[in-house]
Amino acid sequence: MSGWRRHTGRIAHLAMENVDTDQLIPARFMSAPRSAGYGSFLLHDVPEAAPQLTGASILVAGRNFGCGSSREAAVYALVDFGIRAVVAPSFGDIFAANAVNNGLLPARIDTDFLERLADAKGTAEIDLEACEIQVEGRTVPFFLDPAWQQKLINGWDDIDLTDQHQPAIRSFRKAYRDQAPWAWPGREEDA
Amino acid sequence: MNGPHTLFEKVWARHEILRRADGAALMWVDRHFVHEGSHHAFARLAERGLRVAEPGLTFGVVDHYAPTRERGWIADPAIRRMIAMLEENAEGHGITCFGLEDPRQGIVHVIGPEQGLTVPGVLINCGDSHTSTHGAFGAIGFGIGATEVAHVLATQTLWQAKPRVMRIRVDGALGPGVGAKDVALGWIARLGADGARGYAIEYAGPVVEALSMEGRMTLCNLSIEGGARCGMVAPDAVTLAYLEGRPFAPAGADWARAAEDWLTLASDRNAGFDQDVVIDGHEIAPVVTWGTSPEDALPITGMVPDATSSAHARDALEYMGLVPGRPLVGTPVDQVFIGSCTNARIEDLRAAAAVLAGRKAKVPGIVSPGSSLVKAQAEEEGLDKVFEAAGLEWVASGCSMCVGMNGDLVAPGKRCASTTNRNFKGRQGQGARTHLMSPAMVAAAAVAGALADVRPMLEGRPL
Repeated sequence: MSGWRRHTGRIAHLAMENVDTDQLIPARFMSAPRSAGYGSFLLHDVPEAAPQLTGASILVAGRNFGCGSSREAAVYALVDFGIRAVVAPSFGDIFAANAVNNGLLPARIDTDFLERLADAKGTAEIDLEACEIQVEGRTVPFFLDPAWQQKLINGWDDIDLTDQHQPAIRSFRKAYRDQAPWAWPGREEDA
Repeated sequence: MNGPHTLFEKVWARHEILRRADGAALMWVDRHFVHEGSHHAFARLAERGLRVAEPGLTFGVVDHYAPTRERGWIADPAIRRMIAMLEENAEGHGITCFGLEDPRQGIVHVIGPEQGLTVPGVLINCGDSHTSTHGAFGAIGFGIGATEVAHVLATQTLWQAKPRVMRIRVDGALGPGVGAKDVALGWIARLGADGARGYAIEYAGPVVEALSMEGRMTLCNLSIEGGARCGMVAPDAVTLAYLEGRPFAPAGADWARAAEDWLTLASDRNAGFDQDVVIDGHEIAPVVTWGTSPEDALPITGMVPDATSSAHARDALEYMGLVPGRPLVGTPVDQVFIGSCTNARIEDLRAAAAVLAGRKAKVPGIVSPGSSLVKAQAEEEGLDKVFEAAGLEWVASGCSMCVGMNGDLVAPGKRCASTTNRNFKGRQGQGARTHLMSPAMVAAAAVAGALADVRPMLEGRPL
């Protein structure tokens, strides 16, 4: 995954609350392999969203975007469609983590700013380092966990990061096993 | 650890390997459940030539795509492939898998506890949002996405930011016909579907203490529908009684040491919570949802809300085909579903059967037990006969009509009274209209052919 600092793209509005992951990608598409591309599944059963989305890479939506299931396929659908950032007052927890793991920015903004963005059309510029969106001469700040900001900017992969901590993991495991052997599953044949 | 701590903080501290300056903590994972949907994560592992770090802590379960009828030959090649992929990945990595033919097969959040894999004080991950269920045992359980699943497979650890802690205390007692599902939908309606975002919830108070493990699992299961990271209940005598003797639970001397340790996990008397919510159990009536988010929930005695209140309500009522101002009671339903990781344990089936005994369902419906062992127990108790005599179909175990991946779908425009967890648009099938409620309330809806208050139907019946 490659990192990024700035992105300029067209804004699309999805003026709905609680856009859940079942709407982002209906379950019936989820047995498809990723190599086929998930972009055509995005909001498949929400046809009113389609005209808005064409050519957009920044999606502005209502609160609790991405609530619901842990399906990372919801993020694949957004990313494969070409969306780079979702701007909303709040996100489903698991969705937001999945987004960052795929280079998609979940930008959390105050509801007041959402209203200011509501009439914004055309192009916006996202500055990941400053946590700001520039649109039609206005600057809108957004919130992002600092650890997630670094991940997005550097395109870090957690498995590589964690590998550096293998000695700490090994010593933790040993001490933990000594302290709480019952935290390991009992063997069935012992029962 | 010094000073008073909450249950969540105690369990969290046991699993923190290290914490970075930016707040991200590397956490040890005690149990990792994988299912058919985990194929993206296994593919990622294969791309990098990595092996599963701890096959002994990883367990596979066939549930999301499990056929509930005709298991011998699966006609749909996509479904066949999903199940075969999991079984192959499990075998290739030396992971125990509760496959389609295994007598212990069932929904991951039912069989984890049933097998004694879910125990107090552990950290549990699964690529499924309802992993919050396992918190009923005083464990930290939460759902993760495919990239995180791959990370846990490769390292048995996960990076996490520590959430704040909210206590939801339910005082008093619940009336007849009112249960954990009503408590859960009630607080979600009050706080909103993102009301607990950024929090771990601890459920406490006399009502929670009086709940069985099944009830506590229902409560914790629905934590995610209020946006919480996880939900938890302090381990107590009820927890220990449920777990003792389960196949993977500690045994012998280990059991005694474990039980002693687990009882120390409860929040200390003066522990501070970031937010405290108090609910009066006496005020809770059976709840049904009317809209397309679990927060759209009201007591069955209520009216369909005013559509002018919000754009969401307008849109939801249009999708649901409901008229504002009409009573919820009497809304005709086309079918019912009893099942899912929320409400398909033995106690849920007993509660539904208590209403259905000697009565006929006016609409069709299916009953899918949470596991093959729950199915066997229900059959031993004769519950299957009660459902069948009422006219409902008794099928095999899986996620079934909660998510529709196995082909168990609600047809477009049809209205289903359902014991599941999500009334999202299209969740049970394209255009399906879902009303969430407890198993007893679904049984009442089946008998009435419409949304109904179960309480009068329980009069004179043993509870």
